Amino acid sequence: MVEAIILPLVKIVIVLVAVLVTVMYIVLLERKVQAWVQVRLGPMRVGPHGILQPLADVLKLFVKEDITPVKADKWVFTAAPIIVLVPALIAFAVIPFGKTVTLFGTTMPGYIADVNVGLLYIVSVAGIGIYGIILGGWSSNSKYPLLASLRASAQLISYEIAVTMTLVTVIMLSGTLSMVGIVDAQLAKGWWFGFMQPVAFAIYFIGGLAETNRAPFDLPEAEQELVAGFHTEYSGMRFAFYFLAEYANMIVVSTVATTLFLGGWLAPFPNVPALSLLGLVPGWAWFILKTFLFLYVFLWVRATLPRYRYDQLMRLGWKWLIPLAILNVVVTGLLKVLV
Amino acid sequence: MVEAVAFYSLAALILGFGVLVVTAKSTVHSVLFLVADFLCVAALYVTLQAQFLAVIQVMVYAGGIVVLYLFVVMLVNLKRPPEAHSDPRRMGRLGLVMAAAVMVELVAIFALGWSKPEVTGGGGLSPNNVEQLGRLLYQDYLIPFEVASVLLLVAMIGAIVLAKREL
Amino acid sequence: MITITHYMVLSAALFTLGVIGVMTRRNIIIILMSIELMLNAVNINFIAFSYHLQNAIGQVFAVFVIVVAAAEAAVGLGIILAFYRNKETVNIDEMSLMRW
Repeated sequence: MVEAIILPLVKIVIVLVAVLVTVMYIVLLERKVQAWVQVRLGPMRVGPHGILQPLADVLKLFVKEDITPVKADKWVFTAAPIIVLVPALIAFAVIPFGKTVTLFGTTMPGYIADVNVGLLYIVSVAGIGIYGIILGGWSSNSKYPLLASLRASAQLISYEIAVTMTLVTVIMLSGTLSMVGIVDAQLAKGWWFGFMQPVAFAIYFIGGLAETNRAPFDLPEAEQELVAGFHTEYSGMRFAFYFLAEYANMIVVSTVATTLFLGGWLAPFPNVPALSLLGLVPGWAWFILKTFLFLYVFLWVRATLPRYRYDQLMRLGWKWLIPLAILNVVVTGLLKVLV
Repeated sequence: MVEAVAFYSLAALILGFGVLVVTAKSTVHSVLFLVADFLCVAALYVTLQAQFLAVIQVMVYAGGIVVLYLFVVMLVNLKRPPEAHSDPRRMGRLGLVMAAAVMVELVAIFALGWSKPEVTGGGGLSPNNVEQLGRLLYQDYLIPFEVASVLLLVAMIGAIVLAKREL
Repeated sequence: MITITHYMVLSAALFTLGVIGVMTRRNIIIILMSIELMLNAVNINFIAFSYHLQNAIGQVFAVFVIVVAAAEAAVGLGIILAFYRNKETVNIDEMSLMRW
């Protein structure tokens, strides 16, 4: 009774706090990485080397005035940032951080819940997040946000198809939809699925960039194009929610990629006895390392690639990624039957 | 006990949101209440051990079909404000009379015990819901499955042709 | 103790709400949404019976109902858009071109 309720609650609190702190520090990391790529230093004033910059950002967003446009639909205007943030956070309920985690002396499973349709749960929850973008733009009752929100949501639903197709190939390899089951399947097969399915990995990464509105697919929120996109009219805490939601989505995409393609909590080369030293590092440390590797590539890509125009973006999604993903499913199916 | 609490609260939410869908003034609010309704129905499916159906309901219905509705509502409301589309809601009294009649009927069903479906044997629901559904769809019900995919193809082509500007 | 009758009553009530929506509202998009409510009511019935009779056929059929609902929503909304482009209205009282 206590175990069934208290332990998951503790895990939920830990995961939520960890995610929120990580989001704040990824904002700082992004600014620093971009700065170093551009041969400058980034935030350096607040705290040593700018370490306390996120606290300053949070404080600023808290005390800013919350403006609501006069003719905006008040309820929807208030609800839209919440509709964007909640799916980004509840997706963490099925992400396996490790097989077992030892905390305060008790050993417990390293995930909040092992749903037998875990992967589909994450996909469906990501689909709900689209509403926040559409409604945010529409409820602002102003031209630029509406256009930007329609563009952004069209982009999201287009790339959702390609991403879901790549997930189908992973499910074909692992035989189960449960996230823990997928990592166990990678252990059983001896290969991480990123090596068995390089095309799916690449398409998932590109689709993940597009799903989170990150460069080079960040036209909907580019400052030079549409003022500030669908969150033009938002300020203060509500803008902070959109911001949080975008970075939390980035973390969800990275953790899902780690679980599906990079072996989750598995150490590299788990079947080679000579490297069993790597097994001394706990599973969740490997997980966090791989996730940060993925996140770093996100930031790296932003600093490097120029932005796609909207029609180029849609053409890439519909005419290249979706046929490629479907072809990948067919080839994987054929190989499974013939080999 | 937990089952009863879950059922009654979900049923109240489903019916409440349903009433709001049908009676809301603004079309966008109707669509939003429809989304909330579908999410509550998905939660109901989870309590009925149909986890795959629950995520499919959220993914396809709430995350796909209703987004389509929202897009069309916005495209229709683009040039003029929503108040310009008048909706005098005629036959409101007929609606109330019908609702009252059906409510009386339902209370009769419930109270007099006229419906007592016999629990006959089936195959049994396996805890691995997805695998069981997959086997059924690909072995016993393959032909309806293929027909459904052809239906979706036809609907896709039809929707593109209907909504294009020039062909 | 939740029996199958509870689920049948819920499904019937939701179906009635859908029917009322179709009959009383004039905005065609709301009418299509009420049809979706009706389809959901049917789905609830299928899933509830599948659970109580312990037979997975109900869930298979619910999948097919969702497929048909998706197809119908797409085509229906395409028709609405095509009509709106011609007549600039979504009030079904004004969609009476083919009436006697």
